[in-house]
Amino acid sequence: MYEHDVIVVGAGGAGLRAAIAANEAGADTAIVSKLHPVRSHTGAAEGGINAALQEGDDWELHAYDTMKGSDYLGDAPAVETLAQDAREDTMRLEHWGMPFSREEDGRVSQRPFGGLSYPRTTYAGAETGHHLLHTMYEQVVKRGIQVYDEWYVMNLATSDEDDPNDRECHGVVAYDVQSGQIEGFKANNGVVLATGGPGQAFDHTTNAVSCTGDGHAMAYRAGAPLEDMEFIQFHPTSLPSTGVLISEGVRGEGGILFNNEGERFMFEYGYANNSGELASRDVVARAELTEVDEGRGVDDEYVHLDMRHLGEERILDRLENILHLAEDFEGVDGLVEPMPVKPGQHYAMGGIETDENGQTCINGLYAAGECACVSVHGGNRLGGNALPELIVFGKRAGRHAAGEDLGDPEIRTGYGDDVEDETETDLPVQPGAAGLERSGGVAADGGVAADAEGALERAVERERDRVDRLMNKDSGVQHAEIRSKLQQAMTDYVNVFRTEAGVKKALKIIRECREEYQDVYVDDPSTTFNTDLQQTYETRNLIDVAETIALGALVRNEFRGAHWRQENQIRDDENWLKHTLVSWDDGEPSIFYRPVILEGEEKTYEPKERSY
Amino acid sequence: MSTQQQEPETQEAPEDPEMKGTQSPQERRLEEKESGLTEDADSAGDLEGETVHLKVFRYDPEVEGKQEPRFDDFHVPFEKGMTVLDAVMYARDEYDSSLTFRHSCRQAVCGSDAFFVNGKQRLGCKTQIVELEQPVRIEPLPHQEVVKDLVVDMDHFYDQMHAVEPYFQDEETPAAADLEEQRQSPENREKIKMSSRCIWCGACMSSCNIAAGDNEYLGPAAINKAYKFAMDDRESEAIKEHRLRILEQEHGVWRCQTQFSCTEVCPKDIPLTEHIQELKREAVKKNLKFW
Repeated sequence: MYEHDVIVVGAGGAGLRAAIAANEAGADTAIVSKLHPVRSHTGAAEGGINAALQEGDDWELHAYDTMKGSDYLGDAPAVETLAQDAREDTMRLEHWGMPFSREEDGRVSQRPFGGLSYPRTTYAGAETGHHLLHTMYEQVVKRGIQVYDEWYVMNLATSDEDDPNDRECHGVVAYDVQSGQIEGFKANNGVVLATGGPGQAFDHTTNAVSCTGDGHAMAYRAGAPLEDMEFIQFHPTSLPSTGVLISEGVRGEGGILFNNEGERFMFEYGYANNSGELASRDVVARAELTEVDEGRGVDDEYVHLDMRHLGEERILDRLENILHLAEDFEGVDGLVEPMPVKPGQHYAMGGIETDENGQTCINGLYAAGECACVSVHGGNRLGGNALPELIVFGKRAGRHAAGEDLGDPEIRTGYGDDVEDETETDLPVQPGAAGLERSGGVAADGGVAADAEGALERAVERERDRVDRLMNKDSGVQHAEIRSKLQQAMTDYVNVFRTEAGVKKALKIIRECREEYQDVYVDDPSTTFNTDLQQTYETRNLIDVAETIALGALVRNEFRGAHWRQENQIRDDENWLKHTLVSWDDGEPSIFYRPVILEGEEKTYEPKERSY
Repeated sequence: MSTQQQEPETQEAPEDPEMKGTQSPQERRLEEKESGLTEDADSAGDLEGETVHLKVFRYDPEVEGKQEPRFDDFHVPFEKGMTVLDAVMYARDEYDSSLTFRHSCRQAVCGSDAFFVNGKQRLGCKTQIVELEQPVRIEPLPHQEVVKDLVVDMDHFYDQMHAVEPYFQDEETPAAADLEEQRQSPENREKIKMSSRCIWCGACMSSCNIAAGDNEYLGPAAINKAYKFAMDDRESEAIKEHRLRILEQEHGVWRCQTQFSCTEVCPKDIPLTEHIQELKREAVKKNLKFW
C-alpha cells in the first residue's frame, strides 16, 4: 500500500495544477495517472485562456459573458471565482515560462473568441493546451512531486454510510499497467479527481481515446451526484473523417463558414446576425446541421471553413498548427482550399458535482477540470473558458485538499433540503446496475464504519476479485463490441438535436450494453501491459456515464444552451433554472434538481435572451 | 529484450542544412508533397475497397508463443484517410484484443504512438496508409527495451529529459497579488517556437546512432528542451550559462555528429540538429571548456 496526504488522479491541466497547489500548501502529494502527464488530452486544446488582463477589460465583463454563454445555468459564485482568479493564475503560467504569443511591446497577446465582449483569449499559437500542459509538468518535475504514471485507477475506497453526505473517501485502488500489480493508495487528506472528459461515450468526438469518464463513473458509484450531464458541447469545427478539432481560433482570426452554395449561412439565414461565425458554439453547431438537413451541406455531411483570405503570412504566424491538422488528418491544404468541418462531441459541461473549493458531497473527495461541474459553464461553455477552469479550480481543489482554509463555499452539494425530486419521468427501461455490477460502489463493511485501512483493503480485494473474474472467463463478449454499440447510439440519438423518442431509444440500447457487459471477458491472458483489461474497465465507466447523459437529456424538456429538445424548443426559465443531478443510489439511479445560483457577490444575473 | 538493430542510419546530411534553416516547415512539407518524396504518393484512392496487409511485431514476456518475438499478419479493410494507428486499432478491436500499443489523442500532440514503420520512426496517427509500401511493417521503436508488442520502456527517455533541469528558472517569482507578465519580444518568442513543440514521442532518440551507443548521451529531445530555455530571454544570462554547463558535459551536445537522423524523423518538424549546433556555438562563445 502506498500512502500520501493528497492523491491526485489524472495528470492533465487540472491534475497538475492541483498537485502543484497541494505541494505548495505543504502536503505530501502524489499523482496517479493512466497516462504519463505529457500524454494528457489538455495538450490538444488549441484556442486559449480567457482572462481579463488588459485596460478596458475587467473580470466582471468576463463573468457576465460566461453567465450569458451558460444560458443562465452557471452558478454565480463559481463564475465569479473563475473570472477573478483567471487573471492571476494565467500570469502565474507566464512566470513559469509558458511561451505565450506576444505583441510588439512584449506583452502577451489576446484575441477575440466566440461569445466574448472583449478580446481576452490569451494564447500560445494554436497550441495553447500543449504549452500549458508541458509548462505545468515542468513545474511538477521542479518540485519533485511523485508521479505514478501508467497506473490505472480502478475505483475509490469510500466508506459506505447510508447517506453519501456522511461518507468519506480514504484513497484509491490502482493497477500498474506495466506489471498488472493492484495496489491501494491511501490518501490521508483527500483525493482529487482530475480525469477529464467522457467524450468516448460518443462515436464522433474531438476527445482522445483515453477520455473515458473514469472519474465521473467512480465518483458516481461512490455516491457523489453527476450534475447537468445532458449538456454536451458539440464543437462546430471538427474534421469529418476523424473528429480532429479545428480551433475556434480560425474563426476568431476571421475564418468564414460557407454552405455548398457558397453562402455565408450564419448571416444569410439569420442564425446569428451580429456575431456570425463567432456566435456561441451551440448556435454554430445547430446552424451547420440545419444547413446539411436542408440540403445545403457539402457531400450531405459538412460545411466549409475558409481561411484563405487571411493570407499566408497571418495563417503561418497564428494558425500554422491548423494547416498541419487539415493536411495530416483530412488531406486538405488550408492555404489553397476551404476545410471541411462538421460538429463533433467536444466537451462535457456537466460532471461530478462540486462546490467552489472543488469538494464533492463525500468528505475528502474532490474533482476539478472537465470531470467536475462546479458549475461555471452551465448549459454551454464559451471557447477559452476550459483552460482557466483547469488552473483556477485545480488550484483551489489542491489547496483545499491539502488542508488550507478557502472560506465556506456558497454552493451546496449532495442530496439535501434544498433539492427537488424528479417524480414524473417515464423511463423506457430500468436504468442502473445489472447483476454483478450492483456491488462495487462503496467499500461495503457490513454496516460498521470502516477505518481508512479497512476501507482500502476491502476496496483492493474487490478489484482483485473483479480482475480475476474478467481474466478467468474464457468466452463471451469483448468490450470493443459493446463500446462501439454504445458510441453509435449516443451519436445517433443524444447528439445536437434530441427528441424524446430518440433519447428513450438510446436508454434502451444503453441497457442492452449493460446486459451484454455481464458476459464481458478479457481475452489477453497477460499481466504485462494488458490494455484489453484496462479498456474493459473503461467501457463499464462509459456505460455508467452515457446513461446519466441520456437520463438528463430525457428529463430536461426545454432548449437551453447546448441541449435542444424538439418537443419544447424554448428556454423555459419558469421550470428549468435548475441543475439536473443524477445519483447512483447503490445501483438505482435517482434524479433530483438544485436551483441555479444567479446571485453574485454584488449583483444578480437576470436571465436575458441569449442572442449573438 | 531489445529490438534488433536497424539498418545504419544514413551517415550523410540528407540535404544542405543551410537550406533547411531558411525554409518553413510548411514550405518543406509542400515541396515534399509536390516532388512526391513520400513512398508512394500517387496511389491515394487506389486502395479503395481493398485490404491493407500489416506485419506487426509481437512479443510478450509471459505468454507462451509470444516470448520469442514474431510478426503477425493482419489484413484490414482500407478506408479513405486511414492512418497506421487506425489500422492497428482495427486489427486489435476486430481480430486480436491482446495487440498492444500506446495511443491517445489521435492527432499528433500526445506523442504516445511513435512506431518503427517500414524502417522509419513515425507517429502512427499521422502516417497515412496510402503513403506506405505493403506489407506495412510495424515495429516498436528501436534501441529501447520492448515491454510488449509495440510498447517500449520510456523510462530512460524521461530520465534524460529530466536531466537538463527542464523547468523555467528565474531569479525570483513575484508575489502573487500583483502579477504582471515578463516582457518578451515576438522575435524571441519566434526563436523558441519550434523547440517548444516537442511532444516527447521519442522518435528522435530512437533514430540516433550516438544515443544507441552511449546510454548517457542526453539525446536530441532533452537538448532541444534545454535549448527552449537557454534561448528564452526571460531567463537571465547567469541561468543560461548554468544551462550551457549542463549541456557541454561529456555526454552532452558535443556527442552529436550532425547526422540529421533526429531532424529527419521528428513528427513536429523541429530542427533538432540545428538547435544542437547552435548550442555548441553558444558554448564556445561563452568560452566554456569542451570535450
